[in-house]
Parts: sequence; C-alpha cells; structure tokens
Amino acid sequence: MTLWLTRRLLMLIPLFFGITLISFTVIHLAPGEPVEMQMAMNPKVGKEARERLTRFYGLDQPLHVQYFSWLKKLSRLDFGNSFSSDNRPVIEKIKERLPITISLNIIALIIEFGLAIPIGIMAAVHRNSLLDKGLTVFVFTGFAVPTFWLALLLMYFFGVKLNWLPISGLHTLGYEAYGKLAQLWDLAKHLILPVCVASFGSLAGVSRYMRSAMLQVIEQDYITTARAKGLSERVVIWKHALRNALLPLITLAGFSIPGLIGGSVIFETIFAIPGMGQLFYQSVMARDYPVVMGILVIGAGLTLIGNLLADLGYALADPRIRRS
Amino acid sequence: MSFKSSYLSVVFWPRLRRNRLAMAGGIIVLLLLLLSIFAPVLAPQNPNEINAWQVLSPPSWQHWFGTDELGRDVFSRVLFGARISLKVGLVAIGIAVLLGSVVGLVAGYYGGWVDTVLMRLVDIMLCFPAFFLILAIITFLEPSIWYIMAVIGLTGWMGVARLVRAETLIIREMDYITAARCSGASDVRIILRHILPNALSPVLVAATLGVAGAILTESALSFLGIGVQPPTPSWGNILTSGKDYIEFAWWLSLFPGLAILITVLAYNLLGEGIRDALDPRTDD
Repeated sequence: MTLWLTRRLLMLIPLFFGITLISFTVIHLAPGEPVEMQMAMNPKVGKEARERLTRFYGLDQPLHVQYFSWLKKLSRLDFGNSFSSDNRPVIEKIKERLPITISLNIIALIIEFGLAIPIGIMAAVHRNSLLDKGLTVFVFTGFAVPTFWLALLLMYFFGVKLNWLPISGLHTLGYEAYGKLAQLWDLAKHLILPVCVASFGSLAGVSRYMRSAMLQVIEQDYITTARAKGLSERVVIWKHALRNALLPLITLAGFSIPGLIGGSVIFETIFAIPGMGQLFYQSVMARDYPVVMGILVIGAGLTLIGNLLADLGYALADPRIRRS
Repeated sequence: MSFKSSYLSVVFWPRLRRNRLAMAGGIIVLLLLLLSIFAPVLAPQNPNEINAWQVLSPPSWQHWFGTDELGRDVFSRVLFGARISLKVGLVAIGIAVLLGSVVGLVAGYYGGWVDTVLMRLVDIMLCFPAFFLILAIITFLEPSIWYIMAVIGLTGWMGVARLVRAETLIIREMDYITAARCSGASDVRIILRHILPNALSPVLVAATLGVAGAILTESALSFLGIGVQPPTPSWGNILTSGKDYIEFAWWLSLFPGLAILITVLAYNLLGEGIRDALDPRTDD
C-alpha cells in the first residue's frame, strides 16, 4: 500500500509539470506578444499595467527562463493581479469563489450518484423489462440534452410559469433580515435548479455504467454461491453484488470531476451564481487574462486532486490493492 | 480489399440494418445533411431579414417557429443554424480524428519512450476541464467559426488517440505486419497501408459520437456569446435571445434546443449502432 501510494504520488510530478507547461503554452499561443494583444483588445489597460504585465511574465527574457520564473510564482500561488478595476490579486478573487463552486459540485455529485446507483441496479436486476428500456431511452436523451437548454426550460417552468423557485443568485434581496432557518430555506430554494442541472449532466451516463457493472457482477460465481446457500434475493443483490459493483464507480466519480468543474461555467453563468465558473466566464469576456490563467491552472489542479482521491478511495475499498 | 467489402455487405450492413434505433439515427443524420445543404431553398425567409412590425410574434402559419426580438423568422434561422452546427461538428471532429490517429499510430507502432511521452501528453490534456481549456484559448483569439472548430478539435483528440493506440498495439504483432516488414516496407508504408485501415473501425464510432459532442460544445459556446457571432444564426446564439426573452417568448428557447437535442440524439444512436454492428461479440 505504501509502495503503491508513493508510486501514485510520484506520478503526479510529471503530470503537474505537463499542466503548467500547457498552461504556459496557452499564454504564448496568441500571435504576437501577449501584452501587445492585451493592449489592443482592452484599451482600458493603461501604460502602467502594461509594464507591470511585461515584468510579471518576464517577457523580455528567453522562454525557458520565463517558464521557470512563472513556475516559481505559481508555487507561491501568485498569479498576478486582475486587470479589472479592482486590481486585486487573482488568488484572492479565486479563493472567495472556490468554496461555492466546490460545495455546489459536491452536492450535485452526491445527488447524481444517489439517484444513478439505484436506477442502474433496478435496470440491471430487471434486465429487458419496461424499466430497463425506459432507462435506455432516458440515457440517450440525457446524453443529448444541452445542459444550458435544460436550465432554460427549468427556469421557464419553475421560475416564470409556476413562479415556485427563484431563477438567479443564491439569496433573495434582503435575506439578512430573515431568521437562521428561513435563510437556510432561502438558500436551498435558490440551489434546487442549479443543482438539478449540474447533476443531470452525467446522471444518464453514471446510471448506465452502474447497470453494466451490476450485470457483470451478477454473472460471477460468488453470486451463484450466495443464491445457492439460500440467501434472499434482496441480500444477494444489495449486499453481495452491490458492494462489488460499486468499486469501478469510485473511479468514475474521479473521472467526472473535470466535466463537473467545466460545466459550472454554464450553470453558474445562467443562474448568476457567484462561483468560480461565473468568475471564469466574466474574465474571459473581459479578457482579464491573469484570472483566466489562474483559474485554468486551479481547475486542472482540482482535477488532479480529484483523481488522486478517487484512486485512494478505490485502494481503500478494494483489499486486493490495499494488501498488494 | 474484397474481404473488406464482403465483410461490409455481409456482416456489417445487415447488422446495422436490423438495429432500428441506429437506422432512425442514420436517417435523421442524412435528413439534417440535406436540410442544411438546401437551407437557402427551403427557408421561407432570409434568416437575417429584420421586420420591425413583427417582433417576438408567437408561432403561426406564416412563422412556424415564431419570430425573434428583431422580427426575424426563427424557422429560417434554425434551418441556417443547422449548416453552422454540422460544419463545426464535422470539421472539429475531422481535426480531432486526424490528430488523434497520428498520435495513436505513432505511439502504438514505435512504443518505448515515444509511446510514454505521447500517452503522458494525453493524460495531461485530460486533466484540464475541456470547457475551461477551450474558453481560455478562445480568450486570446478573435471570435471566429474557424477558431472554434480548431479549438474544439485540438482539445478533443485524446480519446481517439487512446483507441487507435490500443488497436495499433494489437495489429503490430500480427503476422502480416512482420511479412510486410520482411519484404522491406518502410515504417510509414506499414503504418498507413497496413495498420491504419485495420484500426479505422473504432475511429468511425468515436468520430460519429464525437460529432454529437462537438455540436453540443459549439452550441454552449455560442450560447455564452463566445462562439458563432450574431447575426450569423447558430442554435446556440438563438438560445441566447431565448434566455433574454424567456418571460415573453418561449418559442425562442424551445425550437433551437429541440434541434440540438434531435441532432445529437441521432448521431449518438447512429454511433452506438455502428459500434454494436462492428463488435464481434454481438450475437446475430
């Protein structure tokens, strides 16, 4: 286990360098000097900001020197200052937005797996039943629905038509005056639609994956053994089969992290949620490019951490790896 | 060659024919292709014709899908939007397939450190939330449909590379490759003439499914205002006005979204059908 963990952690090093290298390439991707381009695109950037930028990226130095000095700043989480009028350090701006995005995505992930696992099991146990076929239809439609369109439809029905749920932001105006419980309820009401949209994205895929994992497990000898020794079908499915079918799902949770983080741009923008996705979108539109680069690196870093956690979870859950 | 063509007509095609969902998908894909080719003939109006007297009017006989905030005919705009979406989808996936195939073939054929480096590159690219990477790159470029295609393609080749590499690793060990090598064929010839044609079937599946993904990405980008720029109609940017006028004009949100849904569904059904038909484990 220690050996496995060490090897897994060592693998992060080349990945991390790769991520920074690609991010660095993106900075230099644009034709001409990035600073010149920044000036051309955003007349609001003054002469002083231009010099600051040139110095920050060390653009007068050779490329490899630039890369390593950028890397050094990165290790201190120094992404420079935002171009926007507040001119604050990028990392501060990200820090205040990150918790919202992460908690939203965790809630979405929990709901997604909470629904997908039972759906997948039911479909696998009642294979080729009406339920199973219904699931197939749902899966294919789920893959094809653009999330932003789903968000629009939900906004129209629940927000505009029925007027049940708020369609933007996290709080009602003047919510500070409410009691604690009312504040919480207010927040929950604001979260329902965004969380629905965020979790719907991969619900279809995960339930399908669960179905095939379950189908594979059910054919194993130990399930036949469990049945043969007279255990009830419920115990066989929910205890013996489920635990084994869940294993690959841990990895899947790790894989779905980049999709979730990337998707947050869309639903945070639509529902006006002040998270990292919205900040990213606003920075892209304003060509606030230190912020864009900062979020790009942080997003990739989060994916890396997510994958590592998934692998760890897998190792903890699977004794074959734990004891190797 | 004769083996290939007989395989197609005896095994592949009948299998695909029997899959009703895949056929439905295929027919819709063809229909969409025809619709977008003949959009200028079929559209009842110029998609950019502004009519100040008929702003945001609901669907009627005259305007099947209603009109938008400038009085333009939404049906015509959706029809022309199909052209953009298909063009972006096909070109972007063309780029992704080309790049992914080259990387996969080279990595699989040469192995060793070439393989290690290329596959690590794939791992690294997969660490970036794809949508983040696309947005970040587009920040530096002027919005144009060509950049959109290129960026979607350049951030979407990793899956194809993995698939092609896996196929190449198997094919490389076959006797006919050894035979080709003994008869003095160059590496390039072996890769292009002997390995590539036999590695194409998983690529075909990935490409079909990839078109669906690229269309979704393009529509999301255009919806956010970073993709296809108005007045050029695209399904995504029609939905942007759908969002702005959601309280008054549901038709602006409904029809372009349905168009995306149907198109993506059709490509997915066709792609899955091709996968099943090519899979030797599927029983007849």
